[in-house]
Amino acid sequence: MLGKTAGGLFWMFRYLERSENTARLIDTGLRMALTRSSGEDEWNSIITTAGVRPAFDEVHDEASMAHVVDFLLRDRSNPSSVVCILEAARSNARLVRTAITPEVWEATNECWMSVMDVLKRPVSAKDLPAVLGAIRQQSALVRGALHGTMLRNDVYNFARLGTFVERADNTARILDVKYYTLLPSAGAVGSRLDNAQWETILRSVSAHRSFRWLDEQEMSPRAIANFVIFDERLPRSLRFCWQKVTENLFQLDRTYAKRRDCYDTACQLTEDLQKLTIDEVFETGLHEFLDDFITDNIHLASQIERCYRFVE
Amino acid sequence: MGGVQFFDEMQLEGEGVRDAYQAYYDWFAAEDPALLKKKMREAEAVFRRIGITFNVYGQSEAVERLIPFDIVPRIISASEWSRLSQGIEQRVRAINAFLYDIYHRQDIVRAGIVPADLIAANDAFLPQMIGVTPPGGIYTHIVGTDIVRTGPNEFFVLEDNARTPSGVSYMLENRETMLQLFPDVFRQVRVQPVSDYPKMLRRSLSECAADSQSGKPVVTVLTPGLHNSAYFEHSFLADQMGAELVEGHDLRVVDGYVAMRTTEGYKRIDVIYRRVDDDYLDPLNFQPDSYLGVPGLLDVYRAGRITIANAPGTGIADDKAIYSYMPEIVEFYTGERAILKNVETWRCSDPSSLSYVLDNLADLVVKEVHGSGGYGMLVGPAASKRELAAFAKKLKAKPANYIAQPTLSLSTVPIFTNKGLSPRHVDLRPFVLVSPKGIEITPGGLTRVALKQGSLVVNSSQGGGTKDTWVLKD
Repeated sequence: MLGKTAGGLFWMFRYLERSENTARLIDTGLRMALTRSSGEDEWNSIITTAGVRPAFDEVHDEASMAHVVDFLLRDRSNPSSVVCILEAARSNARLVRTAITPEVWEATNECWMSVMDVLKRPVSAKDLPAVLGAIRQQSALVRGALHGTMLRNDVYNFARLGTFVERADNTARILDVKYYTLLPSAGAVGSRLDNAQWETILRSVSAHRSFRWLDEQEMSPRAIANFVIFDERLPRSLRFCWQKVTENLFQLDRTYAKRRDCYDTACQLTEDLQKLTIDEVFETGLHEFLDDFITDNIHLASQIERCYRFVE
Repeated sequence: MGGVQFFDEMQLEGEGVRDAYQAYYDWFAAEDPALLKKKMREAEAVFRRIGITFNVYGQSEAVERLIPFDIVPRIISASEWSRLSQGIEQRVRAINAFLYDIYHRQDIVRAGIVPADLIAANDAFLPQMIGVTPPGGIYTHIVGTDIVRTGPNEFFVLEDNARTPSGVSYMLENRETMLQLFPDVFRQVRVQPVSDYPKMLRRSLSECAADSQSGKPVVTVLTPGLHNSAYFEHSFLADQMGAELVEGHDLRVVDGYVAMRTTEGYKRIDVIYRRVDDDYLDPLNFQPDSYLGVPGLLDVYRAGRITIANAPGTGIADDKAIYSYMPEIVEFYTGERAILKNVETWRCSDPSSLSYVLDNLADLVVKEVHGSGGYGMLVGPAASKRELAAFAKKLKAKPANYIAQPTLSLSTVPIFTNKGLSPRHVDLRPFVLVSPKGIEITPGGLTRVALKQGSLVVNSSQGGGTKDTWVLKD
């Protein structure tokens, strides 16, 4: 496979994952705004989580819902807006069209066409839930086409690597922004968080329902952080993401019959993460832990890029 | 244009439709027009979903347009096709012999048939190719001969397109679309399939592989990239052939061979089906500021270690000045008279031709010898007095720069409009594959249609559309 193609697949699925997570993030903000009186803090924290603070401040003075929603969904000056991300995802899909099935291409093209269509005009508060639903659903369709039609070979592995590298990053950022919510009560074992607060975190990673299913858990900050960082059953947990990255790198090594540095790195990182406990995380500081995690994840991504010659 | 009778291939006026269209027309007449209109809209959605688009240059955002598709097929009978394809094959054979000759002994120049300065002073002539024999001896692996029709048995070659002809993806996708929209009509009309083209192309290219002892040759399609107007076609063909779609920066010369950057390092390739122009192939040997090419590619080529399709320098064969010599060229290399007609062409370099052209400017089409895409062209009947006078001045100043042709009465085929069937002018581009084992012509081709009533311009950039082209079984 061409290095360029591997890179195109990796980025195509990073972008698709990011657009879905952005929609999920806005959904969380919307829910907060609807259920609580003062929403401004919440919208501010969403801008921070999305990692677009400087760009946002250049365009807007205050983080009102209308501003934040428009900036994250439609603003072309924001390279991380959903319109820009999906355009980038589709560009990469065009680049790798010879490597993906017609179903995956058409789902991606359809995703782009339909989301561009609903985002042609500013989205009113009334339409927002439906629009966010459409964005999530469209990227789920691409994922479905991928699972249902693609060969399980190196092409698939690069697509999955993109998904999980991006997801690991996004989950870590969501937790990082909320760490202040978790932190003050961290020492107080058994203390309960405000319902709305924990729900924000869990909803941002689509884990509110799953958390409830695990009925032995109590709603403590420790339990939530433990769940989102370490639970290997949760498909958006940090551990799950890195395990998947490691698995896919392992399969690539097998396919190419060659052991690569990036696989060793991923193994080491995953192993270190598994050895860690939530108590240790809180001891060293949640923020410091997440900061390191995000940096490691970035380094891992660029090592993958080099090992498989995405660029010259 | 008033009063001129055009040949309609379906023959809507008068006594019944022509034989080739009878079975289709029976089906068509029984269909509900409202349903056909619905299908017409569906066709557009199909094209959008699949992404069969072309990019428009000069616009800030990546604008992708659809080429309008008409649901009425253009139909060619088996006997018409057999004559046409014989004529095309003869012509393509002659073109390859001509190219070999021009880059070797130049017998045709020695014989005084083609003037020496027409070759030597031609931009499309590549001195770097002198004495080089391409792998397999083939220059034009892919040709898209432009044909126009003016009467029942009147077929003319308008252009030979021996460089990098495009449009074959439309031939294939138009058929796919028709099969999806109107599966039942294909049970009533027996149409020859076109879907083998990618397989034939792959085989044809593989057979020309430089030294393909290593089993299955590695075939690539070289594209200028995502923003090229024909990118869809490039990725489509690569996909259908199971070839890698590469850009210049994916390739480099490694140990005397061309190699592509894969996830496992650089890997040797055998064939490049290039969709970039000669000038951009190799910055070391041609255009130094090109980002599209591969430095040193031509040196590997000259060493016989890579196949480039079409070979560099084939443009000399589809040059407009050379075109006027095609009947002689065909005869010189095949010993036969040309089966397909050339459009009568006056070379303005010749004083008596020039004075004829000047006298009849209002009835002629005048083209620049090295121009393409309709630039620098005069369409006499459509020009104002002032435009004619201005062009006459240019002609007199540089006569050798121009050729003139009569305005052809292109045949028409009906399109489906809101008011029913209505005739429009068409041309035809069949696709020809050449390999050491022979010449194959896919039964069909790209039919371009001027959607504006009365218009003779079929170019997609100027409001032209396409039709599926059916060649009937015997």
